[in-house]
Amino acid sequence: MKVLSYNPELCVGCYVCEEVCSETWHKVTDAEKSNIRIHEDGEGNFSAVYCVQCGECIDVCPTEALYRDKRGIVRLRKNLCVGCLSCVGFCPYMAMYYHRDQTEPFKCIACGQCAKECPADALEVVEVETSRAPGLQVQE
Amino acid sequence: MSEKTKTSRRVLAEFTYQAAPTKRGYTGQTLYVNLSDNTIAARPVTDEMKETFIGGRGFGLWLLWHGVEDDTKWNDPENELVISSGPCGGLTQYPGSGKSLVVSISPLTNVPIDSNVGGHFGPLLKFAGWDALEIQGKAEKDVIVVIDGVEERVTIEEADDVPVNTHLVGHWLIDQMAETEEDRYFMSAVSAGTGAENTRMGCLNFSLYDRKRQAPRFKQAGRGGTGTVFRDKRIKALVVKSGPFQGDSNRPADLERIQRVGAKLHKEIHDYDDQQGRRMRRRGTTYLVKIMDDYDLLPVHNFRFGSHTDTHKINGDVWEARLTQGLPDGCWYGCTLACAHAVDGYTLRTGPYKGETVIVDGPEYETIAGCGSNCGIFDPEALLEINFYCDTYGIDTISFGTSTGFVMECYEAGILDREKTGGLELEFGNAEAAIELLHQMGRGEGFGQIVGQGIRRMKEHFIKEYGADPQFVQDIGMEAKGLEYSEYVTKESLAQQGGYGLTNKGPQHDEAWLIFLDMVKNLMPTFDDKAEALHYFPMFRTWFGLCGFCKLPWNDIEPPDNVQTEEPAKIPEHVQNYVELFSGITGREITKEDLIAMSESVYNFQRVFNIRLGHGLRDHDDIPYRSVGPVTVEEYESRAERYDKQLQEILNLDPARMTTEEKMAALRKHREEQYERLKDAVYERRGWTNNGVPKVETLKQLGIAYPDVVAVVEQHL
Repeated sequence: MKVLSYNPELCVGCYVCEEVCSETWHKVTDAEKSNIRIHEDGEGNFSAVYCVQCGECIDVCPTEALYRDKRGIVRLRKNLCVGCLSCVGFCPYMAMYYHRDQTEPFKCIACGQCAKECPADALEVVEVETSRAPGLQVQE
Repeated sequence: MSEKTKTSRRVLAEFTYQAAPTKRGYTGQTLYVNLSDNTIAARPVTDEMKETFIGGRGFGLWLLWHGVEDDTKWNDPENELVISSGPCGGLTQYPGSGKSLVVSISPLTNVPIDSNVGGHFGPLLKFAGWDALEIQGKAEKDVIVVIDGVEERVTIEEADDVPVNTHLVGHWLIDQMAETEEDRYFMSAVSAGTGAENTRMGCLNFSLYDRKRQAPRFKQAGRGGTGTVFRDKRIKALVVKSGPFQGDSNRPADLERIQRVGAKLHKEIHDYDDQQGRRMRRRGTTYLVKIMDDYDLLPVHNFRFGSHTDTHKINGDVWEARLTQGLPDGCWYGCTLACAHAVDGYTLRTGPYKGETVIVDGPEYETIAGCGSNCGIFDPEALLEINFYCDTYGIDTISFGTSTGFVMECYEAGILDREKTGGLELEFGNAEAAIELLHQMGRGEGFGQIVGQGIRRMKEHFIKEYGADPQFVQDIGMEAKGLEYSEYVTKESLAQQGGYGLTNKGPQHDEAWLIFLDMVKNLMPTFDDKAEALHYFPMFRTWFGLCGFCKLPWNDIEPPDNVQTEEPAKIPEHVQNYVELFSGITGREITKEDLIAMSESVYNFQRVFNIRLGHGLRDHDDIPYRSVGPVTVEEYESRAERYDKQLQEILNLDPARMTTEEKMAALRKHREEQYERLKDAVYERRGWTNNGVPKVETLKQLGIAYPDVVAVVEQHL
């Protein structure tokens, strides 16, 4: 399966990925609506928070709105979601996001738009074995 | 889904309406149904109702007050059943936000009962357009009431084809009322059972459709006999259909505020539920069994003792292994504390459904303690059998367990024998006899019918018919105001004796649970301290029932820095969460102090309601001595070291020179005086007279000095 991969050594902290993501999925330029968030630790070191498709959220969803699709990506059926945000609190990576403009949470589905636009090549979509998906470790 | 044959039912009355969209937590109207004359009507929710009575229990009491007369009894047609969730009910983001309150005049206490319950009915009722459902009158034949928020239509229908017992109603609902798989998600039924018809301790079951199990499940409004009222009105089921809803269907004033505290609490539960040791997500409230046993608080053999060597057979570890793991077991969406667990694939071994494989909802702590240790039954299989049949027959497991413990002690004491029980050997530990007693309640036969009347009426019966010693049965009969005790031993906590006795509805722990603060931590040494706690906590906990909240996510999970706060027992951060939620939904900015004031109005109104119905004065707050101290020599001697020490240290007596009977008498005199002093202190703190009557100035301060309310108290001033 394909998942997003991030290399902090290459990241320059331009936040282009956040812009691209929010434009792609929410039609606005707003970091609070991005499915990937870049953090800086105050000393010039960057990290990224995004879904690694581990699927732990699927079990806590009370409406079966969260599911793993044929490609192995964890996705949300909006019509089933009642906006409880259980998945937000139970994501071990804190990579499920919410925003006041909508009731449903949102997350990275490894579409790769951010990787295409990343000027530092810090992001890419990589192939990993599906069997590794639960508890998948990303590069820190 | 395959098309099933739907039964057409004769419609006795029909009412079409326009569902007002929910706005800031309220739909603005309540639904009135009269089963005597088949009236159905919409009634407006006034600003005053919202301002002073908030919703839930407050709306229930307000509507009931105006529906009944001073002399209305539980089985009079004027008595009502009111179901209301509250402005925050139906919120999905914050754990424990789908509760409903059922209010009615109780067949056990003859005063208003308020019983809180999960399940989907209350929230879906709101999304179908109604802040409350008020049912009055009695049908001539069995009926169902269908509230269809999709078609915007309410009907009263003849119900010959509808089953009575709850697990069958659950399947009937799916087969007969759902057209599609999705329909099942957005409908709920309220039902009781044959046991509710034949006893005074009938409960109501509120259904939810469990999407993972693809089956209906039930949560119980257990206390006070609301199921008995339901069947007395000849209702088989109340059905609500809402159609799909979203995370903002409450139309909150500020969604972001709610999302923020909701996501925060989900994270807290994720991080600390295991770490703090309760493991509610794995075993629900069963974690309490071992703790109560450790502190000598678990009722054993009709509350005689507080622990037992066999408790390990029914403690939380046993249930964790038995309850199905890994499912989102909330009783409403978004409850990640998820205490509503179930045992799947249980095959019944007795009764009319023997051999059927069923889901058992629970068991929860109260059922395990009441029907288990309190009856000397330490067999998990027997507890599952009792739990299932209590639910499907519509019988409250707490009243059943406490009543059965009482008859077992009467049996042991010789007040009862095999002849009087119709052959049941009701010795402590006889699970088969307890199960048969339950089936008798389900069938309306034999000794089960007598026990089903509850402890207060059994005491009278045993004195009159069997010559029982009035003092003894009064001392050991664990009821107050007519309601059976819930499952905590209070002998060593004066504050919790008040927590049970100084309640409005009777001894149920949802008002105050002060044992640890008082007995274990000794944080309230003076009467003033205790009175303050018996003001704050009942008011604080009342508030949950006004709004649609559950108590558990308040203090069954704690922020990691809670112990460093000034008042850890109040869980200050979580109190602030509730301030945010209420303000965020209703747009009415409140403080944590307002929250207490809101409850005070409703609480005092309920006290006056009790007085109006002929109860509610000082003597109405009396409690049985079993809840205060040791009644029997055996009981005293089992904890002799403790009691002797108290005689020495508190009363300056020399136990070595006294007989056990003398020691018991001295201890009793002291403890009963303490309880009377507690009444004095609490009444003063609550703004009541020494006779327990809210003063007129208290009513004025609380904004409830309506002429008819003042007229009630003036007769007692």
